[in-house]
Amino acid sequence: MKDKKRNLIIIEIIGLLLALLWISPFYLMIVNAFKTKKEIFSGVLGLPEGFETNNFVQAFQDLDFINSLFNSLLITVVGVGIIILFSSMAGYALARNKSKLSGLILLLFVAAMLIPFQSVMIPLVSLFSKADMLNRAGLIFMYLGFGSSLSIFLYHGAMTGISTSLDEAAIIDGANKFQVFWHIIFPLLKPISVTVGILNVIWIWNDYLLPSLILSDENATIPIKMFLFFGQYTKQWHLALAGLTIAIIPVIIGYFFAQKQIIEGVSEGAVK
Amino acid sequence: MRNRDFSFWLFLTPVILSLSLVILVPFVYGFIYSFTNWNGMVATEFLGFKNYITLFKDAEFRASIWFTTKFAICSVILLNFLGLGLALLVTRNLKTNNLMRTVFFMPNLIGGLILGFIWQFIFISVFGNLGDLLGIEALTGWLSTTATGFWGLVILTSWQMAGYIMIIYIAYLENIPKDLLEAAEIDGASSFQRFRNITFPLVAPAFTVSMFLTLSNSFQIYDQNLSLTNGGPFNSTQMVAMNIVKTAFTENKMAFAQSKAVIFFVIVAAVAITQVYYNKKKEVDM
Repeated sequence: MKDKKRNLIIIEIIGLLLALLWISPFYLMIVNAFKTKKEIFSGVLGLPEGFETNNFVQAFQDLDFINSLFNSLLITVVGVGIIILFSSMAGYALARNKSKLSGLILLLFVAAMLIPFQSVMIPLVSLFSKADMLNRAGLIFMYLGFGSSLSIFLYHGAMTGISTSLDEAAIIDGANKFQVFWHIIFPLLKPISVTVGILNVIWIWNDYLLPSLILSDENATIPIKMFLFFGQYTKQWHLALAGLTIAIIPVIIGYFFAQKQIIEGVSEGAVK
Repeated sequence: MRNRDFSFWLFLTPVILSLSLVILVPFVYGFIYSFTNWNGMVATEFLGFKNYITLFKDAEFRASIWFTTKFAICSVILLNFLGLGLALLVTRNLKTNNLMRTVFFMPNLIGGLILGFIWQFIFISVFGNLGDLLGIEALTGWLSTTATGFWGLVILTSWQMAGYIMIIYIAYLENIPKDLLEAAEIDGASSFQRFRNITFPLVAPAFTVSMFLTLSNSFQIYDQNLSLTNGGPFNSTQMVAMNIVKTAFTENKMAFAQSKAVIFFVIVAAVAITQVYYNKKKEVDM
């Protein structure tokens, strides 16, 4: 028994050391973001001598941070919102209508997941540019197309646990299909909506390639701005690192408040 | 009955419309255009397999396929090893379980582009600095050679994704009945025997899931590639995804890039289907 306890302590220490190693890239980023160019050149591990906050001021301005944060938030919130709404509706319709056609449609959505983005990217951009839709609305519509497959699949799976007698009772009471869905089914799907929401937020928030092909510079999201900013400050690590630190602050804040839901949501999505 | 059919289609219209316009139509169009001299706007000539023949002679494209394949093999092995290891670690009765899970998972929340820039700093400046300090030559000049660029990418993506794979393994590990392991312990099975004969077979399905994810992810990596090495030196660390993007949007060869994109689809789909088929078959045997 005593041996077992000692073993656990050793394992815990190994784990903590590993965790330290795991976050060391973030430590190195933050610590060096506060240094001058010269200080970074002479040593990267230690704490900065005088905290150089000017790096952050300049990075904040050059990233046009308020504007790019707003664009990222707008696209992520609206994009994930419509993915949740339309995918849950589709998952409900497909699960409640047990026909060959439903099975075929579900299969089509699942099969679409096998198509890598780069395989459709070029005609997609060409098509949407002809329709004059290379803008935020077009981008959000694209996110629905790329995001709905996995989301419908998850909603469809969750629907099997919801009894049809609920639908029937509500229909007898005079509700129409949309009322049944919106007032009875959708609230019951909340746990899976959290999962779908988290998976899609992580993806859309961090997406670089698609928005970089679609959006003009004034509507740039954080990753696009970060790419442009980094190109401007190659070899000026003090500014580049300050910019990177600013760029990940929103994510760290979000993770701090919702870490339990995020980890549970991701594991729910991963197992299905 | 008619009413139900109507609402059925009403509920499906938005997603079917977006799937069609965003994936299906571009997919079919792209396939057709890959046989023409399409410039992104119009196609004036049907070329047959000419684009495809040129593509197989394209040494840079072949090199990018080979590089991507090597990368995928390395990361699949490393990620599953790391993911299972971390999962075994944080499913013990440790006080700091949740803290560790939080830390190991964190890189997944931050985009590959940003993580690539952070690691560019680490490989170039931190490694360089440490190399000079400790007199280890191997640490200096990272990302300036093909080999260090390759391992840089492997390290970056393993660090990023291991936490995700860990989560998958945790879900399966926590489903193993506790009394099964306890009974084996009472019967005198060593911890290695318990792992080998109980834990491992029961988490095997997790391997199917995580192998599917890591394989298809590794084949499609772009952001990390762009921000860490940008394909350099001399395009020697260029993955297939980046090769397609550059052919299309830097060199402006749309039809040619699209034929590469078609081949890319065939590779990714074939790998994914084969892997799931093979793993499913193996699972039944156990």
